[in-house]
Amino acid sequence: MGGYAVYVWPSYGLTAAVVGLNIFWARRSLRGAQRDARRRLAALKLAAAS
Amino acid sequence: MAWVWFHRFGSPPHFYRLARRLTPWFGWPALILCLAGLIGGLGLAPRDYQQGEGFRIIYVHAPAAWLSLMVYVVMATSAAVGLIWRINVGHAVAASCAPIGASFTVLALATGMLYGRPMWGTYWEWDPRLTSELLLLFLYLGYMALRSAIDDVARADRASAVLAIVGVVDVPIIHYSVIWWNSLHQAPTVMKFGRPSMPASMLVPLLLMLAGFTFYFAALLLTRARGEILRRERNAHWIAAALEES
Repeated sequence: MGGYAVYVWPSYGLTAAVVGLNIFWARRSLRGAQRDARRRLAALKLAAAS
Repeated sequence: MAWVWFHRFGSPPHFYRLARRLTPWFGWPALILCLAGLIGGLGLAPRDYQQGEGFRIIYVHAPAAWLSLMVYVVMATSAAVGLIWRINVGHAVAASCAPIGASFTVLALATGMLYGRPMWGTYWEWDPRLTSELLLLFLYLGYMALRSAIDDVARADRASAVLAIVGVVDVPIIHYSVIWWNSLHQAPTVMKFGRPSMPASMLVPLLLMLAGFTFYFAALLLTRARGEILRRERNAHWIAAALEES
């Protein structure tokens, strides 16, 4: 990298980290919301049955 | 009749199902475009005669900066839709945009610092472009802080929407700062009137990365927005059926 490696590769590494973390956070957020929604619906069903 | 599609798009169950179907159509092209852009940018593009191999940072810095601006515009637009037409999906989309935009603004600033050190001799300068980009980060953080500070979701939506809409004035300031004022940062090479200032061998990988990051944001946004809508809709009757389809 002609002496620029110490700047170029950390830039790409940071980018990969941000891209990966965003995917992780988005999927975790969706899974958490789905899990909470299922729990609420189950509780509602139970309340309606009793 | 022309507005039917608009309000249909604003229906939470319709948007939720559409988002689930569209996500892979944005995700996979994003991966392919970014891979092609990386191969072109790292392997095929020639070294710059002034910046040497250091210019290759542009293939991650420019897309990050592009996302930081574009995501804010999407956030402000969808917040405005939510505020004006009282379409809650608009507020859900805006809330989903904020963490994505903030993270890419941080990335744009960080990669910009790594680019600036070898080129300008400094990691940071209170230059119009850098300063206005930093202000954008504060706007994103302020939006998220304001939302979390207000318990009532409807009030949080309205207050944060006003902040997002007012803050959008920073976007053209960032873009034109290098033209209006003396700036260390280089002038636009792609987003400008007239022909791009880069040769095709350098430009094509950059355009591929810009397109790839845009598709990536769309996939991320649709994923986040689905979760946001589920949290907002809580006990709505359509949720049970939608969860079974997931």
